[in-house]
Amino acid sequence: MRTNLQRTMAVKTGKDLVTIESLSKKEIEYLLEMTAEFEAHPNRRILAGKVVATLFFEPSTRTRLSFETAAVRLGARIIGFNDPKVTSATKGETLNDTIQIVSNYADVIVMRHYLEGAATYASEVSRRPIINAGDGANQHPSQTMLDLYSILKTQGHLDGLNIYMVGDLKYGRTVHSLLMALRYYGCHFHFIAPKVLQMPEEYKLFCRENNISFTETSEFNESEIADADIIYMTRVQKERFTDLMEYEQVKNIYVLRRSMLRRAKKTMKILHPLPRVTEIAPDVDNDQHAYYFQQAQNGLYTREALICHSLGITLEQVRNDKTIIS
Amino acid sequence: MNKKTNKEEIIVPALRNGTVIDHIPSDKLFKVMTLLHLDRLKSQMIFGYNVGSLRMKDRTKSIIKVSDRYFSSQELNQLSVICPNVTLNVIHEYEVVEKRQVVMPDELHGIMKCANPKCITNHEPMETRFKVIDKEKGVIRCHYCEKEQVISPDNIIK
Repeated sequence: MRTNLQRTMAVKTGKDLVTIESLSKKEIEYLLEMTAEFEAHPNRRILAGKVVATLFFEPSTRTRLSFETAAVRLGARIIGFNDPKVTSATKGETLNDTIQIVSNYADVIVMRHYLEGAATYASEVSRRPIINAGDGANQHPSQTMLDLYSILKTQGHLDGLNIYMVGDLKYGRTVHSLLMALRYYGCHFHFIAPKVLQMPEEYKLFCRENNISFTETSEFNESEIADADIIYMTRVQKERFTDLMEYEQVKNIYVLRRSMLRRAKKTMKILHPLPRVTEIAPDVDNDQHAYYFQQAQNGLYTREALICHSLGITLEQVRNDKTIIS
Repeated sequence: MNKKTNKEEIIVPALRNGTVIDHIPSDKLFKVMTLLHLDRLKSQMIFGYNVGSLRMKDRTKSIIKVSDRYFSSQELNQLSVICPNVTLNVIHEYEVVEKRQVVMPDELHGIMKCANPKCITNHEPMETRFKVIDKEKGVIRCHYCEKEQVISPDNIIK
């Protein structure tokens, strides 16, 4: 048994990103500014000679490709795995041992794990910064950062927006984290969910404590969403249900169709963490309001910023970077 | 010094300097030793196991006398979950100079098991860590998976 004291004895280089709540308003804005720099010039050699490890104990093609592309476009090289079946974890190796070994090889570790709290633990035992790419149903901070960046980019600011969250608000960690991150900006939230998938009480309590205004409804129609600046759609996740009958009843309950967007504000954008199933009809894809594919692309710039930040590279250095590849 | 104390001292020899941890439920003796890491100490220690006690529900208790060692409140408060009624006497030159009660601390280390089966602490050989949210109701939050839960005897690490 390793005590907390022994674990914290490891001297760390760089900064972890494990939870979105650990970021202050200033830090969030700093990272958003850095993301904009990377969007302007995504191809650089700023990470030449660095090694980024991507440890995916749970498969996630989209997130892994996004992180790996970010690293490669900045000149870093990648080590890691995306199939836990090929790792020593199947032989019974502890997460601590895996992290210790990879700390010897890589400069930063991007980790996705199926267990909740795995990223916090890894950050305590690792000598290298840990970027949490999702730990079970718990946290996925790079998703939240790219959501914030997408909102900022499409609306020009984050203050006082009308944000509609639709679908699975009970189990969907992306909506919970986004809500937490937007606590600084006086947004008004609309929670649209069927009864069984409503926003959990603890988050509503969080809203009340932080003076965040919200309304709750199970209605999803043209007039309901006419006032929105952002519609954040989510997938009803089959894997979270213990009662499949319950899933069948709610799985197709909200489908966003193009015909529902006639009264929408011109600047309104539709976001979705992806993958989507049926909750956004294909006819929305070509609508001016659809933004989910660009949102995923923003993930690349966001992750470029997060990797650099974790390695101690400052906004100033990114701005004065001489390694830009035109 | 009253008559009762004299009787007890016949069973367990007196301590010159150190700490007496008294009124431990008999079956919690070894748990207390582990929690306070007594097995790592070089000090002289005397243990009483299944000692008669009128104060205890089942009329027996355990007692530990540790020579030349004093504990911080933070260390002792970790005992509050498994034996909230334990009493602590600080001894100097055979005299009790301080009596203390344990109180629920702000954090619990290595005492409780997380109730979330998908929490990393249930899969890795590591110490658990909880923030105490509500001392009255015994509500705690796992430092790792962030799940709030109520302290339950079933979740005390055996």
